[in-house]
Amino acid sequence: MNRPSYLLVSILVAFFVTFMLRALPFMFFNGEKKMPIWLEQLGKALPSSIMAVLVVYCLKGVKGDPIGIGLPSLVASLIVVLSYKWRRNTFLSIILGTTLYMVLLRFF
Amino acid sequence: MPIMFSYLFMGAAYGILMIEAGFLWSYAVLISAAVYTGAFQFLFVSLLSNGVSFLTTAVSAFLINSRQLFYTLTFVDDFKKMGKKKLYMIQTLTDETYAVNCSLEQVDEEKRSIMFWVALLSHMYWILGTLVGSLIGKLIPFSTEGIDFCMTALFITIFMDQWRDAKDHFSALLGLAVALICLFLFGESRFILPTLLLVSAILVFRNARGEEENR
Repeated sequence: MNRPSYLLVSILVAFFVTFMLRALPFMFFNGEKKMPIWLEQLGKALPSSIMAVLVVYCLKGVKGDPIGIGLPSLVASLIVVLSYKWRRNTFLSIILGTTLYMVLLRFF
Repeated sequence: MPIMFSYLFMGAAYGILMIEAGFLWSYAVLISAAVYTGAFQFLFVSLLSNGVSFLTTAVSAFLINSRQLFYTLTFVDDFKKMGKKKLYMIQTLTDETYAVNCSLEQVDEEKRSIMFWVALLSHMYWILGTLVGSLIGKLIPFSTEGIDFCMTALFITIFMDQWRDAKDHFSALLGLAVALICLFLFGESRFILPTLLLVSAILVFRNARGEEENR
């Protein structure tokens, strides 16, 4: 699936969608026109749902391989949660969690 | 500038991730320059490696990046006065530059000039980080297997921030529940699209009902 045509069209799709989202307010909601209320509410509620979905997406391998991938990713995730609760430093938590995961992978 | 370090670091992580997944460095840099989003770009690596459909890419990009719409909305008036730079400003507004722009105390011409430089430099740091990451990715002497966990860690920290700032946890729990159910129903490679659609539908429906009750 790493054919250049597939990659380039995918990148173009992602670019187009993202740019249109950023440009949308300029086309529709400039000046007098306000955003519809349901869209505004969706904008507030959606981000935390999406992040929850993405966390599940990242940890989906746990289901297929509970020991080999599952245990290391759950332990590393726990460390990310705890270290982030402790220091609230994104770098620190990412580096700690990723290093631990890479080390653990070699043992299982 | 705090953006500088975080963008160089995350850009480099992204570059290493792309190389690890078997892509050429040129694709990594192209995506960083053209798509230029945090969370979605990391997810995009995984979507591309799985060879998902263009529709899945479009819907994921749309929903994950939908917050950008609310960012540009804040600066419609400022951007409009920036002439030719307008398109570039629209393209380069991110979570971090939005936060910086919101904190500016300057006004008019001075504010807009700072906004432009913040946008330009942040974009360049991100691209530079990606370039460096994708070039050194090949030189790292030990196996980088498992480096993709940095994406999981990033999402967990963002999720925790949102959890702390949220008034109620309905949408976070909804996301978790729907994702898990869809994971078991549709399997690992195909659950993301139905999950995202279902979650947005439920949220719109719930808000609509809340409106009716308030009347």
